[in-house]
Amino acid sequence: MTNTLRQTGRYGFLAVAAVLSVFPLYFMAVSATNDSQDVLASQLTPGGKLIENIQNLFAAQDVVGAFWHSTVNAVVTTVLALAVSSIAGYAFEVYHSRAKDRLMWVLLLAIMIPFAATMIPLFQVFAQLGLVNSTIAVVLPVIATPFLVLLFRQTARSFPHEIIEAARMDGVSELGIFFKMFIPTMRSAYVAATVITFLAAWNNFLWPKVILLNNDYQTMPMLISNLLSGYVTDYGALMLAVLITSVPTIILFLALQRSFVAGFTGAVK
Amino acid sequence: MSKVTPGSVIDRALRETASEPERKPKMSAMARRRSLTGWAFIAPAAVLIFAMNFWPMIQAFILSFKTGRGNKLTLAEPLWYNYERLLHDDIFKQTLLTTLLYLIVQVPIMLGLAMVLANMLNSPSLRFRGMWRTAIFLPVATSLVSYAIVFRTMFGTDGFINDLLTKLHIIDDPVNWLGQTNTARGVIVLGLLWRWTGFNMILYLAALQNIAPGTHEAAKLDGAGPIRTFWSVTMPQMRPIILLTVIISTNGTIQLFDESYNLTAGGPAYTSMTMSHYLYEVSFHRNPNFGYGAAMSYVILLLVAIFAAIQVRLGDKRD
Repeated sequence: MTNTLRQTGRYGFLAVAAVLSVFPLYFMAVSATNDSQDVLASQLTPGGKLIENIQNLFAAQDVVGAFWHSTVNAVVTTVLALAVSSIAGYAFEVYHSRAKDRLMWVLLLAIMIPFAATMIPLFQVFAQLGLVNSTIAVVLPVIATPFLVLLFRQTARSFPHEIIEAARMDGVSELGIFFKMFIPTMRSAYVAATVITFLAAWNNFLWPKVILLNNDYQTMPMLISNLLSGYVTDYGALMLAVLITSVPTIILFLALQRSFVAGFTGAVK
Repeated sequence: MSKVTPGSVIDRALRETASEPERKPKMSAMARRRSLTGWAFIAPAAVLIFAMNFWPMIQAFILSFKTGRGNKLTLAEPLWYNYERLLHDDIFKQTLLTTLLYLIVQVPIMLGLAMVLANMLNSPSLRFRGMWRTAIFLPVATSLVSYAIVFRTMFGTDGFINDLLTKLHIIDDPVNWLGQTNTARGVIVLGLLWRWTGFNMILYLAALQNIAPGTHEAAKLDGAGPIRTFWSVTMPQMRPIILLTVIISTNGTIQLFDESYNLTAGGPAYTSMTMSHYLYEVSFHRNPNFGYGAAMSYVILLLVAIFAAIQVRLGDKRD
């Protein structure tokens, strides 16, 4: 009796949590197919205004351009971040020495530096170098993060050192060991890092807003934020833009979630 | 099992060959080469972290003693002018209190909720586990600006929430959620809970799955109930990950920007605005004042440091 009660309570709680988690996303998707009036009338069923919303949105804003800028920024950031951080994390573990441990400790302090405290000088430097509105300026500050370095150092702990020794005996170069043995073995850590980095880069708002002064270079989050500043908001088109911004990261997460969770579990160990 | 590290391998190799003096230089040359390889692998990340974090942090400190508009900056007179100005800036004090309010209200609720959900999802008898986990984690994949705009639409005066509450006869007239101080702040807290609970839940779930399975069986054999087991067996092993999530969420909340900017636009009358949002307004809006902004950024930096120090202290003490 108490057992069935507990079961009901558990599934009830999870159901409420799941519905509350998914509902705003459902609202967003459904509203993208309704016109502004229906959105405000809280229409919760798909309507027939998707094409109209697409036409209105694409006429008002350069969505293709913003989507392209977001994609380039996120892909470049992710590729470089994984390359730079994973080889460093690997080296901190595999070639560890007292000096390297100390450096790691210092680098970890950077996790505590709020972005607010570096934003103004970074803007000044990139402005002096004439890099305002450039991909380099968007990407460079977020490539190397102490968090990713730490994630890969923790991951490297579970990489058997016998493999490294055996490979050295066979005459494989140190770089070769990293590329041919570490990367393929640690695929789930790379997946976890890809998801985290891509999500953060795609969703980043403050820094792109600061450094991309010209709206011709704006990203999707900047575009939807700018849609709000008009006098009359077209809620159907707005929700469509929000949906377009959310779809890539949601698909990426759904496609990779199993390895993502596995990669995290390995690192938390 | 003793850990085999390159360091210990090299150590042993050096000791074993010590009796053959002519081979020793060769080994240490190799060790030196490997150590250099390690430094080369670390260099790009280390240089970038220094150039993009530590260096600008120091620059911001210097900047906080300067004053002027745009790039025409001179040393302030007196030097601490910007900091003194902060003390008399009512809007800044307001944003500081609001940010701390978000921190104190939101972080404990979120982490408690995440812990309950993670424990439920970790139960072996639970069905459809993948479905629950995916649903609750889905908000984490949504961009901050996107969800802020969806919440803003839903909580608008003529939005979905008012329609729903009116239909359920909970309220008679529409509530101006985003136009009143307390409800506007409440919506931001709700938004943060919605966006971040799943993230912490996944971290807790990962940690729960790493707890040695035998310890729970042992507790059960000793006659401990589920609640007792949770507090005496699960919690102590979860301490490192809890500390990590407390630090991450504190850090994130003190730096909150996207929600304040897009959900409530800081209103009404600056009362839901966060420090980072005000910093942005001062530094990059209308008449940019980099020196004053830099001083403000150092208050944020100091807060992050103080909270982290307290939390690490408390996290260690309970051992």
